[in-house]
Amino acid sequence: MLQLPLVVTAQVDLLLVLVSLLAFWTRLSHLNYPNAVVFDEVYYGQFVSLYMKRVFFIDDSGPPLGHMILAFGAYLGGFDGNFMWNRIGAEYPSTVNVWSLRLLPAFCGALCVPLVYLLTLELKFSHLSALGAAVLLLLENSLIVQSRFMLLESVLIFFVLLAFFSYLRFHNAPSSSWSRYSWLILSGVSCGAAVGVKYMGLFSYLLLLVVASLHTWKLIGDKTISHMNVCVQSVHRVLCLVVVPVLLYVFWFYVHLSFLNRSGPHDQLMSSAFQASLQGGLSRITRGQPLEVAYGSQVTLRSSVSQPIPCWLHSHKVNYPIRYDNGRGSSHQQQVTCYPFKDVNNWWIIKDPGRQQLVVDTPPRPVRHGDVIQLVHGMTSRFLNSHDVAAPMSPHTQEVSGYIDFNVSMPAQNLWRVDISNREAESEVWKTILSEVRLIHVNTSAVLKLSGVSLPDWGFRQLEVVADKLFKAHSSSLEWTVEEHRYGTSQEQKEREAELHSPTHIDVDRKISFWAKFVELQWKMLTVKQEESEHKYSSSPLEWITMETNIAYWLHSSTNAQIHLIGNPVSWGVANLSLLAYQLLAVVYLLRRRRGLKDVPDGVWDQFVCLGCVCVGGWLVNFVPFLLMDKTLFLYHYLPALCYLYLLSPALLEHAHTHLLSSVTHQRALCVGALAVLLSIFLTYRTFCPLTYGSPELSAHQLQGLKWRDTWDILYRRR
Amino acid sequence: MAKAECTPKWNTLALRNRKTCPTPEKSFQTTFTPVSKDKNSQTAGHLAGGDTQSSNGPSGQFLARESIESPSKVLLMLVAGLSFSTRLYMITEPPHVCWDETHFGKMGSYYINRTFFFDVHPPLGKMLIGLAGYMSGYDGTFPFIKPGDKYENQNYWGMRGFCATLGSFLPIFAYLIVLELSNSCTAAIIAATLLIFDTGCITISQYILLDPILMFFIMAAVLSMVKFNQQRYRSFSASWWLWLVLTGINLAGALGVKFVGLFVIILVGRNTIWDLWRLLGDMSLSLVDIAKHFLARAFALILLPLILYVTIFAVHFVVLNKSGPGDGFFSSAFQSRLIGNNLHNASMPEYLAFGSTVTIKNLRIAGGYLHSHWHLYPEGVGARQQQVTAYLHKDYNNLWVVHRQQDNNSQSGNPDLVRHGDIVRLEHKETTRNLHSHLHEAPLTKKHFQVTGYGINGTGDANDLWQVEVCGGQKGDPVKVLRSKVRFLHRATGCVLYSSGKTLPKWGWEQIEVTCSPYLKETPSSQWNIEDHINPKLPNISLSVLKPNFLEILLESHIVMFRGNSGLKPKDNEMNSKPWHWPINYQGLRFSGVNATEYRVYLLGNPVVWWINLASLGLYLTMVAVASIATQRGFSLGQQRIEHSLVLVRGGGLLMLGWLLHYAPFFTMGRILYFHHYFPAMLFSSMLTGLTLDILFRSADLLLHPPYSYWFQRAGQLLLLFSILYSFYLFHPLSYGMTGPLAHEPGSAMADLKWMDSWEF
Repeated sequence: MLQLPLVVTAQVDLLLVLVSLLAFWTRLSHLNYPNAVVFDEVYYGQFVSLYMKRVFFIDDSGPPLGHMILAFGAYLGGFDGNFMWNRIGAEYPSTVNVWSLRLLPAFCGALCVPLVYLLTLELKFSHLSALGAAVLLLLENSLIVQSRFMLLESVLIFFVLLAFFSYLRFHNAPSSSWSRYSWLILSGVSCGAAVGVKYMGLFSYLLLLVVASLHTWKLIGDKTISHMNVCVQSVHRVLCLVVVPVLLYVFWFYVHLSFLNRSGPHDQLMSSAFQASLQGGLSRITRGQPLEVAYGSQVTLRSSVSQPIPCWLHSHKVNYPIRYDNGRGSSHQQQVTCYPFKDVNNWWIIKDPGRQQLVVDTPPRPVRHGDVIQLVHGMTSRFLNSHDVAAPMSPHTQEVSGYIDFNVSMPAQNLWRVDISNREAESEVWKTILSEVRLIHVNTSAVLKLSGVSLPDWGFRQLEVVADKLFKAHSSSLEWTVEEHRYGTSQEQKEREAELHSPTHIDVDRKISFWAKFVELQWKMLTVKQEESEHKYSSSPLEWITMETNIAYWLHSSTNAQIHLIGNPVSWGVANLSLLAYQLLAVVYLLRRRRGLKDVPDGVWDQFVCLGCVCVGGWLVNFVPFLLMDKTLFLYHYLPALCYLYLLSPALLEHAHTHLLSSVTHQRALCVGALAVLLSIFLTYRTFCPLTYGSPELSAHQLQGLKWRDTWDILYRRR
Repeated sequence: MAKAECTPKWNTLALRNRKTCPTPEKSFQTTFTPVSKDKNSQTAGHLAGGDTQSSNGPSGQFLARESIESPSKVLLMLVAGLSFSTRLYMITEPPHVCWDETHFGKMGSYYINRTFFFDVHPPLGKMLIGLAGYMSGYDGTFPFIKPGDKYENQNYWGMRGFCATLGSFLPIFAYLIVLELSNSCTAAIIAATLLIFDTGCITISQYILLDPILMFFIMAAVLSMVKFNQQRYRSFSASWWLWLVLTGINLAGALGVKFVGLFVIILVGRNTIWDLWRLLGDMSLSLVDIAKHFLARAFALILLPLILYVTIFAVHFVVLNKSGPGDGFFSSAFQSRLIGNNLHNASMPEYLAFGSTVTIKNLRIAGGYLHSHWHLYPEGVGARQQQVTAYLHKDYNNLWVVHRQQDNNSQSGNPDLVRHGDIVRLEHKETTRNLHSHLHEAPLTKKHFQVTGYGINGTGDANDLWQVEVCGGQKGDPVKVLRSKVRFLHRATGCVLYSSGKTLPKWGWEQIEVTCSPYLKETPSSQWNIEDHINPKLPNISLSVLKPNFLEILLESHIVMFRGNSGLKPKDNEMNSKPWHWPINYQGLRFSGVNATEYRVYLLGNPVVWWINLASLGLYLTMVAVASIATQRGFSLGQQRIEHSLVLVRGGGLLMLGWLLHYAPFFTMGRILYFHHYFPAMLFSSMLTGLTLDILFRSADLLLHPPYSYWFQRAGQLLLLFSILYSFYLFHPLSYGMTGPLAHEPGSAMADLKWMDSWEF
């Protein structure tokens, strides 16, 4: 039975709606101005293009989710990936939908404002404080600038705030309601997303874990709850806050890898097996190769070292010089080197020492771990040989040569034992691309090794290959993989040469598992060292606190219109002040409580501690790691830490208002002071707007007026 | 709260231990006493505790302490005897320079010869080595050129013996620390045994190295701290002061040997803060008392170590007053103190003039002199012109002549001074090439431009011109020798002469890169001063005003040390030891000998000991987790269990923190790391193992009934002892030397002992 009247009661927090609208207005208006590449868009843009073309790449600056979000925005705008991101300031052609490229970061940046509002409420402070925090974020010029372009900080900040908000929502909800677990899951998901956008998200995630485990620890100590209940609740938390983010993190890579299936510029950093899984590139060459290496196989052997460049075992019709520059002698046999380019001289034939023939039997006899083989150079028919002669550049190791019998009682020592080092993971049989093989010299038990030194002119500056007796257990310079491979069919030298010159064929499919690819990619991302680069606008973390530095993002090609990353100096000061004030207050409170003087009731004290954990803790974990980093750092790295301080300031003010000031006059004075500060924040925001939005254009004189600090670098165009 | 827990605990344990350590021989097996007896003693302890609490420093407690020491004294003698005999055995073998002896032995000699040198570590360790050598009759003449050099008839045993003696104290200290923390002889003896029979600890103690000295001070500091903690109910008594001051002295010692000593300072600092926090919560103390406590600690743990540390440096600078190989690392002002240095009591023309011959030193500390030599940049590195580098040592190739833009001949009469804004051409004296820059990228810092030597005998091009700028000066200011900071701006490209501090590869003789930076920020890297200045046409003035005061010297030497430390980056081709290798004993260090015929010593931990340590870390974490969850959930535990969990949380927590502090920071370090960096952490880990395993064995009665649990405990202890001794028997050649074929070859004495492929013996 329907009851009349039909009533819908909705509560709308008008303040929240208002700040949200303002946030969208400040972040989203005129998003496609300037119609040119701004600052790091030039960096992220290339990855967006590669996504559009589904070309594989490695970026060591962060996990793939951030790039994926940017690429999704581009996809929505119908971007086809055909734009050269070569310099800052380059104009976008009309085919590129700039608005959609920048939409998602700006959207996330705008959502941060209502999130801070809600987060303050969850920290159990009043709506007025919440409004204050939202306004601080709303009028922060640096956050606006960082949100309005195709950059990732605003996305990171959004996910981090969302994670904390939803976790606190979960924590504050009455324990009877089951719906609160949806908040917990949301928190886990945003943690996974935050870490997926930038590695810096990891530190905020760890902070959240610490807060959550403190809460759980309290739960364990609660003797009113049954053992069973405690177990169930703890397991839930672990599932949502640990398992979900980890799975999500892997999932981003899964999407990344399954999406990018074409070979591209970063191929050569990866192993042969990885490369072969990409379309084009190596897989075009190796598709259809026989899998198992057999006696009579023709192979190219690639060294597993890809630093500084990948290279293949090589030989050519030139001998080692009789005497080196430093007077040492050599065997004067044929040079064996490692050559970084594809070449017909990279082909070697695997020969059974007991038989003469160089063709593959039918059925082929595969080579197994522990077998002894000879390697014959395809073009010159010399045997790969090593002996007790010092190598040209690394005299503590043995020379490796193509054997020539000069009849000087230097017998051939050309037997090599095959040692497949990843045989547990793969198989005992030597497989193309998949097996990592060490070639152990039978006479001296030395191992074929790429020394990494380049030979002088007589060796055409190719890389030296040696046999080393004293080797470290797991050094990739000892490992070789078969990259190109085919079964030899011709016994005659002439025919064989023709065969070597012809491209490979035959068809077999092979795949490496997702996990192997994931582990390899993640490892490469963490270990690839980009060259330490100096940048005109790079800064050190301590300069951020006082905003000694700025970054010029964009300058109009003919006028003085420009965009800078400069924060709102007044808000910046407020943030630093509240950080100091909190710490001071906390120390005083702690010492006095230890002496039994309770200034505030326990409930308020808990609220105060929680505020510190989230805000000061958040600032610490987002700032301190930078002090230890060796990277090139920029002012925008400080923005996540700054957001925590903006969360702190109004809450601290409210705390002071309610609990520290007793007389009404003092309270009023505080309110007036706060209003004055807010007003000046607004005025400063207005003042710096031209540098934030890039319009209107200012005269050089006006620009000089905006140079509030001597260390800021503002550009003036000479006319 | 804290007080209510601590007092009875101490007394209980003391009393119980009196019963449980009756005789030294038995104590290893019979720490266990039937539970009923234990209970009795606990109640007694409780009563005693209740009494003592009120009287604050009673004699009854003192008696209890006395009584546990007498039986354990015999054990202590045993530990000491074994420790000294294992470390001093074959101390003079091998009779040649081993591994880093080449550095530290050499530096010891420098002290005897009073020659100034530079090292990345603070001076105390090397001073002590020098002192030990001096006392044992070593005359400082052995050159210590490279590992493997025969000592012949030099008195090197004194220095080695000194290090080994300090190293022998480590198991003794470990014994005492664990005894204090757990009040169990068994735990203490396990810890000491692990350390005595660890081949790694033996090897690292036997040579002229800083590590035994460092570890001595670290352990001594921890021991004094623990002893001090036990004095808490006798505040301001003589022994309280003694241990407090000893802690401070040892902290200064640890920091004075290596900067790793900082970690033990953090450990002690945390302990002290916690202690003060406890006192603050003690409402029976007035604020004045607390202030006294605070000031006493501030004096003994901050002020005293600081004074000692500074004193060490003062002695260092007073002793080393002769010019030596370390001069070039320091600023011009610093060098003027050293006898034999050309800046000592020097006099030279005050203002730079055209026609002067000068050396130009970068202002970045340890920045080097502007240098060039006949070698060219190799192909592929910019233009193939002559190399220009920064070089830390004094050399004729550091000399440059200042010329005007055009004329080459010196004019008659008084030469013109070089002033701010003047254009100069710098000519390299030896090769007569001009300092030159152009738009090729620099060899290492790709965003900078390459700097080369170009032209010959005064011919050149427009790229050879540099504008002199005195920092903070105005147009027309003259350039003061030594005191002006000068920048050289390249006329053609507008970049500034810059020393990046990066080491060039082999082709550049591992000297430091010099570039021309387009970023015009004023940093010491782009500022230079004129150091030597020769111009016969100008009057000389004395420069004794330059002498820096002690604080400036101290600060500068620290900056140079830190620079040097972070400059020890791993080379490209070198295999670098990673921190995660260390606890699993993945790979050792060759101290001496490579080939089959040589006398080989290999620094590697006794794998059994190290793997037990590793397993115990996991075990400890599990036990603590179980114990603290049980407490938090409020399960009722027996009195004995509560004590065990307290020992685990307090004592174990301290050791765990010590281990973490001495291990975790290495993961963040960019400098080159070696296996031996783990040894301080390993000491903490071994002590933790003693404590953990002891409690594990004692908790056997959780699963088994009394007689069986007693047998289990005994069997466990025996098995542990046996496995440590047997593995020591197997691996002792690692420390005491082996000859013959390598382990992977047939016929080797170590044939079956290569348990990991990565071991290289």
